[in-house]
Amino acid sequence: MIKAELTVKSNRQIADRTWEMILETPSGMTDDFRPGQFINIRIDGLYLRRPISICDWSDDTVTIVYKTVGRGTEAMSRIEAGAKIDVLLPLGNGYNTEAENVGERPVLIGGGAGVPLMYCLCRRLVSEGVVPAVVLGFRTAGEMFYIERFREMNIEVAVATEDGSYGVKGFVTDVMSDPGYTSFFACGPEGMLRAVDRAAKADIPGWFSFEERMGCGFGACMGCSCETKYGSKRICKDGPVLERGEIIW
Amino acid sequence: MVDMKISLCGVQLDNPVIPASGTFGYGREFAELYDINMLGTFSFKGTTGKRRFGNPTPRIAECREGLINSVGLQNPGVDSVIGEELPALAKVFSKPVMANVSGFSIEEYVSVALKLAAQKQVGWIELNISCPNVHNGGMVFGTDPKQAAEVVGAVRKALDSQKASGGSRPLIVKLSPNVTDLAEIAFACEDAGADGLTLINTLQGMRIDLKTGRPVIANRIGGFSGPAVMPVALRMVYQVYERVRIPIIGCGGVSSAEDVLEMMLAGATAVQVGSANLVNPYACRDIIEALPETMKKYGIETLSDITGGAH
Ligand SMILES: Cc1cc2nc3c(=O)[nH]c(=O)nc-3n(C[C@H](O)[C@H](O)[C@H](O)COP(=O)(O)OP(=O)(O)OC[C@H]3O[C@@H](n4cnc5c(N)ncnc54)[C@H](O)[C@@H]3O)c2cc1C
Ligand SMILES: Cc1cc2nc3c(=O)[nH]c(=O)nc-3n(C[C@H](O)[C@H](O)[C@H](O)COP(=O)(O)O)c2cc1C
Ligand code: FES
Repeated sequence: MIKAELTVKSNRQIADRTWEMILETPSGMTDDFRPGQFINIRIDGLYLRRPISICDWSDDTVTIVYKTVGRGTEAMSRIEAGAKIDVLLPLGNGYNTEAENVGERPVLIGGGAGVPLMYCLCRRLVSEGVVPAVVLGFRTAGEMFYIERFREMNIEVAVATEDGSYGVKGFVTDVMSDPGYTSFFACGPEGMLRAVDRAAKADIPGWFSFEERMGCGFGACMGCSCETKYGSKRICKDGPVLERGEIIW
Repeated sequence: MVDMKISLCGVQLDNPVIPASGTFGYGREFAELYDINMLGTFSFKGTTGKRRFGNPTPRIAECREGLINSVGLQNPGVDSVIGEELPALAKVFSKPVMANVSGFSIEEYVSVALKLAAQKQVGWIELNISCPNVHNGGMVFGTDPKQAAEVVGAVRKALDSQKASGGSRPLIVKLSPNVTDLAEIAFACEDAGADGLTLINTLQGMRIDLKTGRPVIANRIGGFSGPAVMPVALRMVYQVYERVRIPIIGCGGVSSAEDVLEMMLAGATAVQVGSANLVNPYACRDIIEALPETMKKYGIETLSDITGGAH
């Protein structure tokens, strides 16, 4: 983990209530980033930092995509290019795509604010020669983003919207019907993760990325703990990615 | 050269800055970031007889200039702390550490304190009789002078019985601000044999989520800390200083070198820094580095001289 002052390169709205912020990083900083890791952002006037997943990175930038849901994320949307922000990064364990046996046809399932993480993971898998299927869920068509970016990688993307304004009306589980999936990765609201666990075949491996309210984001306060089958884990440090078999729903 | 050394219950510290229990784990996460040997010492996570998972989540709520937590003393239990955490700590920290002890009965306080006091690395026992986040324990002992005296007296006696074998340590008692007359409880602790006091633990507080209409914290009520509570902590240190002769560790909202000076002027011998570590993992390093300049600015040469200066 590093504490850094990064310059905001751009911060723009990409869909209803959804913003993309690109930060400039010094060379070498992003070398060891992993999909599933996050950054913790200090916002003027607020005491606790706000955790946001890493969505993409290059040699000299890191990208995050966030939904405006409260004071912190609304304040973030008002930050202008050129401003400096105080961040801790990278945090959390992330997905270790090389070490895990994802098989030939992993499916990536993202709901709302969980979509950016799936974009990150998709890029990593494609660069490793794996072609995942992608299933995305949004509340409504106006909040959709990044669909084209997935398709540019020649990825098959199935979309569900809760109000049926685009794709299939319903939830991600309504469009993850392929019996040939060899593994899955999911990020989104906890209710969605639970539904995915139930919908996925019992004998394939899966990984979930969890959210929890955080005091520190780097393992010091025990604010974010959850009980797993292998003892208690801190979502911020031992997670946010947990393996299907260890989760107590 | 300014002099930042202080003496805490007979043990010398290079400076008065001490990360507070529950915000510094067992030191590991911070040792990866900076050399924690620069600290005066640190107080490790509240440790109980058995492993505890703590309270359900959410356990954290944002507040203006602070936070509410209801972690509920999550810790691996005293035997794991001795078997795993302390040996790991020995690799990165060569100073005596402050052992924060919690319990749900007098017997538990005594047995955990004795086990930890027998460890070479432990410099002080900090008896936490002030945790607001566990039922029937912790704070119950810290909100009544009689019960406080009883648990402090029992631990004192047990520690004294280990003097010959080297298993005794100075006994610091950490008190709760959630009382009407803190000075009275402080006095009762001194009378029962405490060698020092830490003031204060968190204030009880809560937040309600407007979207759900429900408390943010699963436990509903938690402990409030951070810069917002510093005026309360300062006032309590100031008042208790007039009632007791044992040293006081000031704690509550401290986030800068200026705050350290203010706490000491109120009557603190040393200062603990809690919440600040969570939002700035380098907070204690930054404070220690800023202290010499800040002392010069206010014409202070020997830091220990200013303790109680505001009286
Ligand atoms: C590991 C991780 C990765 C995340 N990645 C993303 C992402 O890529 N994009 C995105 O839009 N959101 C993401 N979130 C959720 C994001 O952190 C919250 O939406 C944000 O903290 C809300 O802050 P606020 O001040 O706008 O809302 P408020 O409701 O005003 O926040 C109040 C407090 O609650 C906390 N909080 C509120 N909602 C959440 C939540 N869902 N998870 C954790 N803490 C919360 C805040 O951090 C703050 O301390 C992630 C959360 C975690 C834990
Ligand atoms: C997340 C968290 C966990 C805490 N855990 C403990 C604990 O285990 N034992 C204890 O004596 N105090 C505990 N405290 C209280 C702090 O040590 C300190 O007394 C309090 O937070 C006030 O100081 P601050 O305003 O600098 O944070 C905890 C505080 C926080 C924020
Ligand atoms: S948020 Fe502090 S330990 Fe996870």
